[in-house]
Amino acid sequence: MSPALHEFLSIDLGPILAATFACVSCALLGNFLVLRRVSLMGDAISHAVLPGLVLAFMITGTRDPLPMFIGAAAAGIVTVGLVEAMRRYTRIEPGAAMGVVFSVLFALGVLMLERGAGRQVDLDADCVLNGLLEAMIWFVPDQWSQVLTWDAIASLPRQVWTLAIVAVVVSILVAVFFKELRIVCFDPGLATSLGFPASAVNGVFMVLVACVTVASFEAVGSILVIAMLICPPAAARMLTDRLRSQVLTSVLIAACCAVGGYTLAAFGPGWFGASRSVSASGMIAIVSGVAMASAMLLGPRHGVIARSVRRTRLAITIATEDLLAWVYRMEERARPAQIELAAETIGSSGLTLKLATARATRLGLLISENGNLRLTETGRRNATSLVRTHRLWESYLVERGGYAPDHVHDAAMRLEHAVDPDRHVRLEPPEPSTPLDPHQRPIPPRS
Amino acid sequence: MANESRSNSPGSLLFDRPEHSADSPLSVHAMTVAYQRKPVLWDVDFDAPAGSMIAIIGPNGAGKSTFIKACLGLVKRASGIVEFWGSPYRDARLRVGYVPQREAVDWDFPVTVMDVVCMGRYGRAGWLRPISRADRQTASECIDRVGLAGFESRQISQLSGGQQQRVFLARALAQEADLYFMDEPFAGVDAATERAIVRLLHDLRARGTTVICVHHDLQTVETYFDHVVLMNMRIVASGTVSAAFTPENLRRTYGGRLTLLAEASEAVARAERGT
Repeated sequence: MSPALHEFLSIDLGPILAATFACVSCALLGNFLVLRRVSLMGDAISHAVLPGLVLAFMITGTRDPLPMFIGAAAAGIVTVGLVEAMRRYTRIEPGAAMGVVFSVLFALGVLMLERGAGRQVDLDADCVLNGLLEAMIWFVPDQWSQVLTWDAIASLPRQVWTLAIVAVVVSILVAVFFKELRIVCFDPGLATSLGFPASAVNGVFMVLVACVTVASFEAVGSILVIAMLICPPAAARMLTDRLRSQVLTSVLIAACCAVGGYTLAAFGPGWFGASRSVSASGMIAIVSGVAMASAMLLGPRHGVIARSVRRTRLAITIATEDLLAWVYRMEERARPAQIELAAETIGSSGLTLKLATARATRLGLLISENGNLRLTETGRRNATSLVRTHRLWESYLVERGGYAPDHVHDAAMRLEHAVDPDRHVRLEPPEPSTPLDPHQRPIPPRS
Repeated sequence: MANESRSNSPGSLLFDRPEHSADSPLSVHAMTVAYQRKPVLWDVDFDAPAGSMIAIIGPNGAGKSTFIKACLGLVKRASGIVEFWGSPYRDARLRVGYVPQREAVDWDFPVTVMDVVCMGRYGRAGWLRPISRADRQTASECIDRVGLAGFESRQISQLSGGQQQRVFLARALAQEADLYFMDEPFAGVDAATERAIVRLLHDLRARGTTVICVHHDLQTVETYFDHVVLMNMRIVASGTVSAAFTPENLRRTYGGRLTLLAEASEAVARAERGT
């Protein structure tokens, strides 16, 4: 084995595995927190565990992992219970309930630390925020034959093992109870009536969140836990509209963030000539933020870009229809349809109108000659139906709605684009009593 | 214990009680419900005739939704018994369907029409068992029946209000229940959907299913329903539409006479809170 590889195995592999397992567990559970709109529960729990940690130390007098974990998990469960109780018995919103509970518990922990535990506990703020990923060194043999033995693998840092077990347990639970979690998050009332009591399922789920948060937080720090409970699920939500694919995508994003973030933190500074690596947890959280931002921009249906493309397309479609109807009206009055005049009558911007003109010409609806527009045969058919709808709406608004004839044009300009969502056809008001619209123009017959 | 509270309940001598029978899909005896100690339903007695379409009407805050939720055990009852075909809800769960108000759920949730309708089969599947192929087949037939064929893989936020209500209805049909509770199935739907829903409900009735709807539109009570419950924190009147849907009963339900009961509730709540 080369020295570089040996260095990677002993220094980097442990942190990468621990971070990946922690990120995947948090992201899996985070999906259901985000969907239930209680995303900040992880934040609340990771702060509120302090009194539990101090109390466990005061009782046992050690900082062994097991009593620490039990104390923290108990505090986490108390937090969840208090938040649920506050939601049920007061009228404050969940965010405020979480804020009250975790700040008070955290303060209680600080006081207990000061009074009871004195200086015997060193609670390093750095450690709480960033975790101890960098400290997970694997004392690995330098022969391949010895690396792949049970003893060597068992000597992986304790946190790696803990988090691996947590990740496996969480994955199994989410897979097995997927149907129950889905219905309880979506429709708690129906779930309860069908025999899946929503409050009990939520309670157990929150206890699981508390355990996972506490287990992860020792290794990767509170910031990363909070980021991983929210960022990968939120990013995945932007990318898909199915719960199953959202959960799987969030797991993938979380794993990529863990590996990518660690790589950037450990080796990134070297690429720029800096000698020291940066905090791995911090970098993974930043990468997850970048993932979220990219998903916001690039999401296929909910992304900013996709949405603005859709909006622009719709604006061009509407401008095309308005343009056809305008040319029809000009021809009706036997006036030349000059392109410059179109911009004055039609509300769309100049660029949209240019694009609309190009589109109508390309589709063979309009012919442009010397700055004048003329309808083709197909174009006239489309325009006739549009003008018919417009004038039907005007008549409808005047006859049935009691509007004055000079108040209905703008409303009809909007209504004429309305489409029945079920049948995807243009909505058309009933025939009026006269064949003329309120402005005494003929309503074209149905083609 | 329930019997005890029944004999102690304040209104037990004031109203005539119908005979309770094990054939009735829903028998409610002396049910009182309180939110944070403030009573919202007082001593309600009700027997649903099998195979009927029942409207629950009454002003806002009259406890109509609470009545449904209390029957299904979704809110705690302060006292009283609710029986379905003579058994507690636990034993009749599969025969009872529920359609919550459309606003009760988040329509941005990442599920498709098919996913939501399949939820109607979850009760039959029970814990841990996934939805079977036969369940999906049933769900797909129910989607067909409400006229949403072709929308199976749409995400539910991409539907109109009327279509969303139909999804809820399809999910209820997928439950294949004998008794349905529907909380305002006609709220915010278009005329076509309303007609489609009424047709479906009448189909259900023709098969002997009982449907209990919270309803708001007094104009359509007589055409859509055969029984009516007039509710304002208690049951003011109930019976066939021709007998109970009278101007006098409507006045007693919607009129000002019940403010006294509302005031009494407030007073009880204040006294119990000790303020």
